[in-house]
Amino acid sequence: MALTRFLIRRILSGILVLWIVSLAAFLLFFLRPRDTVARELGGKTATAPILALITKTLGLSQPIYVQYWQYLYRLVHGNLGYSYVDGEAVKTILAQDLPRTASLVVGGALLWLIVGLSVGILSAVRARSFFDRFATFGVLTGISMPTFVLGQLLLLAIFLPLNEHGFTWITDSYQGLSQGVVPWLGYYLLPWITLATVQAAIYTRLSRGSLVDTLGEDYIRTARAKGLTERRVIYRHGLRAALTPVVSQLGIDIGGFLGGVVVTEQVFNMGGIGQDSVAAISQGNLPVILGFVLIAALFVVVANIIVDMVYAVLDPRVRIS
Amino acid sequence: MSETGNRDIASAARLEAELWDDDVLVSVENLVKYYPIRGGGIISRTIGQVQAVDGVSLVVRRGQTLGLVGETGCGKSTLARCIAGLFQVTSGRILFEGRDITNLSRRQMQPFRREIQMIFQDPYGSLNPRRRVGSIIGDPFTVHKTASGAQRKRAVQELMERVGLNPEHYNRFPAEFSGGQRQRIGVARALALRPKLIICDEPVSALDVSIQAQVLNLLADLQDDFGLTYLFIAHDLEVVRHVSHSVSVMYLGKIAEQGLKNDVYDSARHPYTAALLSAAPAADPNAAAQRQRILLTGDVPSPVNPPSGCRFHTRCPKAQSLCGEQEPVLEAKAGDPANHLTACHFPVQAGEQLARAAGRDQR
Amino acid sequence: MSITEIQFQAQTVESAPEQAIQGRSQWQLTWRRLRSDRVAVGSVVVILIVAICAIIAPVFAALTGHPVDQEYPNTGWTLQGLPVGPMTHGFLLGTDSQARDLIVRIAYGARISLFVGISTTFVATLAGVTIGMISGYFGGGVDAVLARFIDAVLAFPFIVLALSLAAVFGPSLTIVLVVITFFSWAGISRVVRGQTLSIKEKEYIEAARSLGAGPWRIMFIDILPNLMAPVLVLATLSIPAAIVFEATLSYLGLGIQLPTPSWGNMLADAQNDFQVAWWYLLFPALALLITTLAFNLLGDGVRDAMDPRTERIFAAASGRRGRRKRRRVTPIDVLSDPAQPTLGGPA
Repeated sequence: MALTRFLIRRILSGILVLWIVSLAAFLLFFLRPRDTVARELGGKTATAPILALITKTLGLSQPIYVQYWQYLYRLVHGNLGYSYVDGEAVKTILAQDLPRTASLVVGGALLWLIVGLSVGILSAVRARSFFDRFATFGVLTGISMPTFVLGQLLLLAIFLPLNEHGFTWITDSYQGLSQGVVPWLGYYLLPWITLATVQAAIYTRLSRGSLVDTLGEDYIRTARAKGLTERRVIYRHGLRAALTPVVSQLGIDIGGFLGGVVVTEQVFNMGGIGQDSVAAISQGNLPVILGFVLIAALFVVVANIIVDMVYAVLDPRVRIS
Repeated sequence: MSETGNRDIASAARLEAELWDDDVLVSVENLVKYYPIRGGGIISRTIGQVQAVDGVSLVVRRGQTLGLVGETGCGKSTLARCIAGLFQVTSGRILFEGRDITNLSRRQMQPFRREIQMIFQDPYGSLNPRRRVGSIIGDPFTVHKTASGAQRKRAVQELMERVGLNPEHYNRFPAEFSGGQRQRIGVARALALRPKLIICDEPVSALDVSIQAQVLNLLADLQDDFGLTYLFIAHDLEVVRHVSHSVSVMYLGKIAEQGLKNDVYDSARHPYTAALLSAAPAADPNAAAQRQRILLTGDVPSPVNPPSGCRFHTRCPKAQSLCGEQEPVLEAKAGDPANHLTACHFPVQAGEQLARAAGRDQR
Repeated sequence: MSITEIQFQAQTVESAPEQAIQGRSQWQLTWRRLRSDRVAVGSVVVILIVAICAIIAPVFAALTGHPVDQEYPNTGWTLQGLPVGPMTHGFLLGTDSQARDLIVRIAYGARISLFVGISTTFVATLAGVTIGMISGYFGGGVDAVLARFIDAVLAFPFIVLALSLAAVFGPSLTIVLVVITFFSWAGISRVVRGQTLSIKEKEYIEAARSLGAGPWRIMFIDILPNLMAPVLVLATLSIPAAIVFEATLSYLGLGIQLPTPSWGNMLADAQNDFQVAWWYLLFPALALLITTLAFNLLGDGVRDAMDPRTERIFAAASGRRGRRKRRRVTPIDVLSDPAQPTLGGPA
């Protein structure tokens, strides 16, 4: 019961955050001289008739609060604007390219969490063993590496040599799921590694430290003294407490993760919504960027709610506060 | 407010100040300090109070030492900090030289801070480990802008010498000193502005026995030299006996007994005081073997939910039903001098051997 | 103890003040430990080399005879119009896609990286420490607002802000500086706030208040010196984070624009031709990696030097005496981890 109330509170605050973000985005993009706004919405290539059309359609001559009301109205009805550069509704463009991003996000997140946590836990359990030292070295390398550099180096060091020697499973051109799971994996493998490595390294360190700390607590010693098997001690008793700081850190990292997604798409030329918005910068194509900002905000809010729920399950004290 | 009204209040205040017994430095009247406990659901409500200090009145006379004794958690440290202005008081008054210093703002309190200083219990925690000793001792001068530069350094070094430290160690860090020396640093800091009142919060509890003697002697010397007044808080009765002129015994936020040192020690009227005295280690092992310890049962009750009536009745060997119903008044008992006050319905009589509440001292 | 024993003890102790050993301050001890840490010293050397390269970048241009923006289509391109590789026609590391001398551009790129890294860290540290202390010390309503604000900034997806600003104002160095500083101060602030909260409860702070010291004096004279250790570690580790951040922003086209060389935008350009001009990708990447790694190792070394009880796995490998004291990892360790993304921004 407390959990449901907690969830409702989280959802409400999430909606509040979304509203604030949409307001901030609106003010940033629209609160400027009408002609500037029109030009930015139309893109660098827009001609005068198009600018006039934009001004009329979006009512840019109207007072700012009227504009805001219309903007909000459009948003709530799912209208993310129109890209004059591409000649399509923003919603269509983003919807088309979203699956590419989605594959990346899901695979990357899974890889990050699974590798990060398991290596971290194993390192903690076998502290100071060769595995642990090796993992720590890997961690140090991982955290020093900017995501995009890692991606490029992977292309250089893995894709290129493999390709030259006829091993073409790893590709650098997009393969969607519709083309089969194996090609899909072959395409996404390097991007997943790129996206996940830095985060995994951070989480390896974090979970290792947290678990080492927890395993030093008295109640763990008591559990061992009771005669429980080591496995039970670690996994049933230690892990729950050790994971709470890790989960709380997750919420913060989603923002950075998003940046990693955009960067990875750029490196591997994925054509996902991240790459779309980066391209939009050079085109001066504001509507696409605005659409991406809103979707990104939605993603972050939902992800945070999920993380908060997981945290509440792990740590009952949170539900009561 | 009318003109006459203003004048009335001003003259009343003046009258009060004139009637003020100049011998009394600090007077605490019915001091109450409660800490709210917050709990509840979405909106946190106050669901209880920690009654740390519950109606304490006492008086500290100029040039004398008032010893404040009690177990851990009885509220003596809280009381001390209220007098020092570190905590806001829930109700009651604190008067310093006749002036009301209760709950003043920081700015209003500032001039009084020069007169009231504090020495803390923990020699390791009460000095900032990242600052040099000279800077720590010189802090009062800087804060109150009374000396600076070379003048301040000289003053600090004089202080260091006075408390028995080597003035050449001006630039050292607290970590380079022993526990006893650090307490001396604390004493020097408290002494810097020649305050009138120094509140000593268990200043020797954390020190070895031999060092305790040194620091206590130092405090006594300083009292003579500078005419200091001490409010000395401790839980060790022997220490308090050594330094105090008068003693107040606290239990669970209230005063159980107070009076001149010899009155309280030689003819303790409150069963709690008697129990404490019987538990204090005696230097002579033979006398200790003959003395019969009064053992109190149970733990000190929680200050959140103190016992009804007399707070001590749950552990008192002399408790009767009245004790649980009616709170005893702090007053002089028959045959006692007017300044020896006890809060008990059935005070200990002269020569009475208190029945042991439970268990004998199996020797 | 008998009376004579007590007296004896007292006498021994009374003479103690004269015999007190000259101790060393925390900073002196830290410095000595740092000096003996070979990895840290090596990192400092590397950083100095990078810094020197950045400062004397024009010398690179003079020595090779190739100014940083000058294109050399005749000597710098192959017949097919592709960049030439290292050690050809006087180009030590080869040329880039526009036939410019790569080594000179890398040197100039170092200028941007170090400038952005250090200046943003400096401002972010000042802001972060001040805000963190205010939030932690004053508590109450101020803290409630500030702490939530700090959390909001930390959790905020940087990419969204960077994209928006670049879209509205156009990509530039200013945007880079603003965005990086904005996301860096929050991580420092959070740690400082936590430390302040715990330091605030210490008795020496109570003592300062009882003296009549005001809140600002207490914050800057009593609390701040106790914060210096974690702040220094965080600041040292913020620098590589800021450098990577700048590279990422420039890579995405949101920061420094070509032809001004930044390691980030060079790598973006290099991506197009990586199949044929591996050197254009590899050398700027190495420059970036080496600089970042050096700062991270230095930060690690500084942290270990300040707190020698930390479990050191590399003790044997890096030549330090392997004191294997097992010790609990305290929150400050976790938070001052170089890996901590509390510093915001990309990795």
